[in-house]
Amino acid sequence: MPTNKVYASPSHAVEDFFDGATIMIGGFGSYGGLPIDLILALAEQGAKNLTIIANQAGVGFELSKRIKPGGYHDIGALYAKEQVKKFIGSVPALGGMPPTSPLETLHKEGKVEIEIVPQGTLVERIRAGAGGLGGFYTPTGVGTPVEKGKEKRVIDGREYLLEMPLTADFALIKAHKADTLGNLVYRGTARSFNPVMAMAAKITIVEVDKLVQPGELDPEVVVTPHPFVNRIVEVNK
Amino acid sequence: MKPILDEQTLALRVAREFQDGMSINLGYGMPGLCANFISEGRTVYFHGENGVLGYGALGEDQEKDYELINASDQPVTRAPGMCFFDSAMSFDMIRGGHIDLVVLGAYQVSQSGDLANWGRPGRPATGMGGAMDLATGCKSLIVMMRHITKDGAPRIVKECSFPLTAKNCVDMIFTDIAVIAMTEKGLVLKEVAPGWTAEEVQDLTEAPLVVAEDLKEVEL
Repeated sequence: MPTNKVYASPSHAVEDFFDGATIMIGGFGSYGGLPIDLILALAEQGAKNLTIIANQAGVGFELSKRIKPGGYHDIGALYAKEQVKKFIGSVPALGGMPPTSPLETLHKEGKVEIEIVPQGTLVERIRAGAGGLGGFYTPTGVGTPVEKGKEKRVIDGREYLLEMPLTADFALIKAHKADTLGNLVYRGTARSFNPVMAMAAKITIVEVDKLVQPGELDPEVVVTPHPFVNRIVEVNK
Repeated sequence: MKPILDEQTLALRVAREFQDGMSINLGYGMPGLCANFISEGRTVYFHGENGVLGYGALGEDQEKDYELINASDQPVTRAPGMCFFDSAMSFDMIRGGHIDLVVLGAYQVSQSGDLANWGRPGRPATGMGGAMDLATGCKSLIVMMRHITKDGAPRIVKECSFPLTAKNCVDMIFTDIAVIAMTEKGLVLKEVAPGWTAEEVQDLTEAPLVVAEDLKEVEL
């Protein structure tokens, strides 16, 4: 009998998150495709010294009101109790926004380490980790601060940088629908980093708008096959 | 100071470069305005690095869908022929040279076409998002920016003092007073805003400009 992957609530699904864990969090930008209920459950659960791998660091609920009326939740929920020790991503802080993000403030205070990675390199490092590769060469970052400390190689007359794979203990992702096996389909631009991160963690946890039975998803449109998914939570919006 | 092009007019001028059938990525901020000025009779496909090609106009309040956004976090609408993909494929498209044209904002551009558009002195936590991949991989790169900073410092410089996005990547620069092309002869001034002379543009530009033989006023 296959394991039952369906969890009763977001908090049940993150119960065993441990101090020092590395966690990938899917989505893009301020509110596109973020697994908000899982993020809030993790904030409640309280694991500390986390390394977070995500495209953007988020701004937290208070600052978000300046971006969208009424505000919204994002990865910023993890900074309130200082759960994060390191952030790896392409947008730790928004350049144009004068009231700096909580992460930028924590970084200034020396409480958080930040590794800034170009977005295409970030997702490719995750894909390399997911696929069992030892790294890859990319032209992105050559001649910029990003090349610091990296092996450089000329291939067909062009310079490339060696970039290393990323993996994680947990991935928190958002999909539109899952069947109870864990096959996933996404909706619109909420796809973004989610399918790639789903493949790169030891334990992948997905929150979905709708849970269905095997057979109800058209196999032609499944994006993430079920072996990549370990836990499923249906959240009602 | 003489009148300069406002943002809308500048966006209109940049959008004249969009040819029928092109796949185009518009960077954060001012470049996004170009989407409103597609020339009549042309169809272009806007790419968002978050995983969409061919999105429609910005969403009105009653139809805002936050699972259908462009890379500037703005809700957009569905359009015929639109497609979705994940971030890895999106950057394969970018790095692999499958996007025809990218329009980015900038802090500085150097005389050799280096771009600096993400990091600012004193803000070490600010990231580059997808800009480095876009600047490195696209077939053609347009920079759209103010000609000088708020303090009056030139943005088109001999060497960038801000951290680089990519080297030798800029093809065209559109500012509120000039259109400048990167060529083998260096930076060539091709168009000036109405009422401006080449000398006046050069005075606000640190890098040397070659004046095109057919220099003209900005044509809209």
